[in-house]
Amino acid sequence: MKISVVEKILSANDRIAAENRTHLDGAGVYSLNFMASPGAGKTSLVEQTVRGLKDRFRLAIINGDIATSLDADRAEAAGAVHALQINTGGDCHLDAPMLQGALKEVNLGEVDLLIVENVGNLICPSNFQLGTHKSVLVASIPEGADKPYKYPGMYRGVDVLIINKIDLLPYIPFDMEFFKRGVEALNPGLTTFALSCKTGEGVDAWLNWITLEVETLRQPSVW
Amino acid sequence: MHELAVTTSILDLALQHAKKAPITDVHLVIGQLSSVMDDSVQFYWDIISQDTAAEGSQLHFRRIPAEFQCQKCHARYPLRGEDFTCPVCQSTEVSIVAGEEFYLEAIDVDEKESIR
Repeated sequence: MKISVVEKILSANDRIAAENRTHLDGAGVYSLNFMASPGAGKTSLVEQTVRGLKDRFRLAIINGDIATSLDADRAEAAGAVHALQINTGGDCHLDAPMLQGALKEVNLGEVDLLIVENVGNLICPSNFQLGTHKSVLVASIPEGADKPYKYPGMYRGVDVLIINKIDLLPYIPFDMEFFKRGVEALNPGLTTFALSCKTGEGVDAWLNWITLEVETLRQPSVW
Repeated sequence: MHELAVTTSILDLALQHAKKAPITDVHLVIGQLSSVMDDSVQFYWDIISQDTAAEGSQLHFRRIPAEFQCQKCHARYPLRGEDFTCPVCQSTEVSIVAGEEFYLEAIDVDEKESIR
């Protein structure tokens, strides 16, 4: 006998992701999920974001990593009020239950902006919703311009794209037109910021965008 | 590497819908953009389904190729290589219309066994 199911394979994860979102919304915490390949600059972007916004917002960082707490230490040094490390013990991605567990250890009443730094990987994290408000992909110039073509699933499922390390453009062949053509086909109109975490170029536009997002969540539109 | 997590979710869903009847076949629909490896899922399946109602059951994968549709001339064409532009009118205004499927479509259960 055939039993029709037609249910998303990760529906259990997605349900917990929805609970996470409700929990964050209830606490008035705006949240971002940073994803990227290893070395693209997720932690550098966390540091720039914490430094740039710590006088305006209280930031918490949750880091997913295979091992070590190096990234959480860097976030704390930059001025985050909470920096929590989730060691996935070999898992290649964070999932919604892992974030749910981590959220219990953060006093959300003391937080305005939560950044979740996912495990460095361009494949697995894209399948697992966490329940954050927006997902951010950090690409970088040294990775090469072909990444949208090689990892379409990742470019497809994000809300914001950061092109990091633009200070290296004079030294590394990177066909920006080719890169942007691939991104536009997969994710038309994707909000994109080109910047350098090293020199600070372009970082202000990114910080302004987050500021607007956090304030929009906290102060519902009067219209 | 995320195939173990995916396989565990498939097993949970299948067992929940089988209501304790022995499962013989599991039908999955996986789009090309979902980046899941069939062999790896089958490998984990054979291990984690042991001692459950799904032990010895067969996984079937229906693969859906990723496809673009041109927003200008409405031609549909497969996602291939490093050129996403419309092959008919060369437009770059295109959108993905297939290939993101990732669901459990149906299961087959052994009715006779389930009556006992």
